[in-house]
Amino acid sequence: MTEIFWLIPFIPAVSTFILAVFGRKLSKQWVSIQACLAVFASFVIALVSFFGIQGASAEHTLVKSLFGWIESGSFKVDFALQFDPLTAIMCLVVTGVGFFIHVYSIGYMAKDPGYKRFFTYLNLFMFAMLILVMGANLVVMFVGWEGVGLCSYLLIGFWFDKPSAARAGKKAFIVNRIGDAGFLLGIMFILINIGSTSFTAINEAVHGGEVTVGLATLIGILLFVGAVGKSAQIPLYIWLPDAMEGPTPVSALIHAATMVTAGVYMVARMNVLYALSPTATDIIALVGALTAIFAATMALTQNDIKRVLAYSTISQLGYMFIACGVGAYSAGIFHLFTHAFFKGLLFLAAGSVMHAMSGELNMQKMGGLKKYLPRTYPTFLIGAIAISGIPFLSGFFSKDAILTSAFASGKYFIWALGICGAILTAFYMFRLVFLTFHGQERIEPEAKKHLHESPPSMTIPLMILAFFSIVAGWVGLPVVFGKNLDKFGQFLEPVIHQSHEAHLSLGTEWALIFISIVVAFAGIIIAAIFYLKKTEIPHNLVKRFPFIYKLLYNKYYVDEFYNATIVNPMVKGSEFVYKHFDLGIIDAAVDSTGNITNFFGKMLSYLQTGIIKDYALIFLLGATILIGFLLF
Amino acid sequence: MIPTSYYIILSIILFILGIIAFFVKKDLITQFMSVEIMLNAANLALIAFSKASSSLDGQIIVFFIITVAAAEAAVGLAIILLVYRQKKTIKTEDIQLMKG
Repeated sequence: MTEIFWLIPFIPAVSTFILAVFGRKLSKQWVSIQACLAVFASFVIALVSFFGIQGASAEHTLVKSLFGWIESGSFKVDFALQFDPLTAIMCLVVTGVGFFIHVYSIGYMAKDPGYKRFFTYLNLFMFAMLILVMGANLVVMFVGWEGVGLCSYLLIGFWFDKPSAARAGKKAFIVNRIGDAGFLLGIMFILINIGSTSFTAINEAVHGGEVTVGLATLIGILLFVGAVGKSAQIPLYIWLPDAMEGPTPVSALIHAATMVTAGVYMVARMNVLYALSPTATDIIALVGALTAIFAATMALTQNDIKRVLAYSTISQLGYMFIACGVGAYSAGIFHLFTHAFFKGLLFLAAGSVMHAMSGELNMQKMGGLKKYLPRTYPTFLIGAIAISGIPFLSGFFSKDAILTSAFASGKYFIWALGICGAILTAFYMFRLVFLTFHGQERIEPEAKKHLHESPPSMTIPLMILAFFSIVAGWVGLPVVFGKNLDKFGQFLEPVIHQSHEAHLSLGTEWALIFISIVVAFAGIIIAAIFYLKKTEIPHNLVKRFPFIYKLLYNKYYVDEFYNATIVNPMVKGSEFVYKHFDLGIIDAAVDSTGNITNFFGKMLSYLQTGIIKDYALIFLLGATILIGFLLF
Repeated sequence: MIPTSYYIILSIILFILGIIAFFVKKDLITQFMSVEIMLNAANLALIAFSKASSSLDGQIIVFFIITVAAAEAAVGLAIILLVYRQKKTIKTEDIQLMKG
């Protein structure tokens, strides 16, 4: 049964095709059922394949080459898919979370005129994302990589008649291009130096000592540039907050659970290469740590629910990169895995709040929603607890695994940044919870009239994701709870060789866990004091430190900085080139070619008098001259 | 026996008359007639040479030319007729459709 794993991406592809071509004729019910079933079928096959590779066969990777795609001299690329433990986990996350988000969308998008278009794009996204995680070489992966970028663009700009959405879509696409340029260059360097882009060939080349440290550093950094773009790290994170213009299920699926984690997946996939280059991994760890804390501070002052979650996603992606940077790839993938559940849940719950509040996103206009949303509130709370790192929920285990590895690798600075990020995470998440669901009602009377709990198609996925947000962490328990409980890491062992597994004493591990827990509770308690007990404190702080508040509220003016230093000079430069080069030189050259031809034509046309006798005379003269030549 | 040169000289005279008539006259029908005269001057020369070289080829060609000329005359006259219907004139100076 495992052999049919290559069908996983093609079921959503076929469904996309049917929806795109015949969508207009299909009924709404049919569209929803088909789109969800396609993803569910993929999920089932992924699950079957996942059990198929358990145990003995886990050592060798399943590769299915569908057809030879590019063949040019020594350069050969097969359209090949592979299935190994890492792919299995990614496939399960993508199809599993994806399925629940599809179901949720049935309720969320019910009244949208673009309902069928939405599901077409969603299915297309599933196809591209599955190609990304299943590609057996970098080129096929790149196809998926670009495919998800396209779907992200289409779905951010889903309500394209709204100028801000259209602009956000373009921004995401263009910023991603910058990263993709680096990724492509990395692929090219691999091609030139190793000669093949398939992951097995790359790993063999690295093991065979064909790759020098310098080359590994170069390739590693270039590939990481691609990951920075796709996974929204400093300095290319700016597209992700704006991407919240898209429908909420899209934010949950693409901009929280799956697509943005592609960069982490890619770095983990290339772990053998990265293991060669301490420079590259140091850069990854540093960028991840800075992003984790930088994005967390920006989340502190935002009032838009989805934007807070967006910054939180950036911050959590930073944690995943910390893990990759300190060599704990399985911890990074573990956090990716748990994050997909609790962040997907948080976004969907935020969408449910939005649904209830007639599209209101500003949490200053909410408050006290607890009693109106009896099913959304507890699920949101579970998500918030999970992400804050309270013990025994999924986020605790994965975040703790990352921080412990960071500490164990000896990069204490990175670890300290991670701890600071953790306290901020707990704080801003509970600020969100308290402002939205607790305290005084600040709801606009207009919105209050329509206040209602969401339909079951939305709340049931919430409950299921909440369940997984609690239990998903239990597959990777830390050493302190006993040996061999880290099933997750063991399962990934064939792909991710934990070469320098640093060993800490149990006491240190306990201490680290204790610090994590204290930090998480501290964040929550501060949030509770600020937003429940003494609500004047935040206002006083703003008054006391207006500069810091303004800096955070305006997101460090990074967008403005980029606009001033990169975007505007580019626009001005383009305008200059357009005016002087395009209009002045190219257009002028083309126009004058036409004008010169026209001029000569006009001159020559004077020969055509239209008088028959003139023609006859010229004819006669010509004939005479010809005869004269022949005779004499 | 009349020498061949006589025929040739007659043919040349007819041809030159045709040319002069073509350039002097102003209406299409007369010009058309002068073209016919030039054509028949050429026919005469062909027959004369055919006779002189005692081969029948030239005479056969002339038969064909006369037949084709009859058809061409019919077409040419029809065109002139249509031009007249359109323009109400057959003076060549007044018809300058091809002026650039």
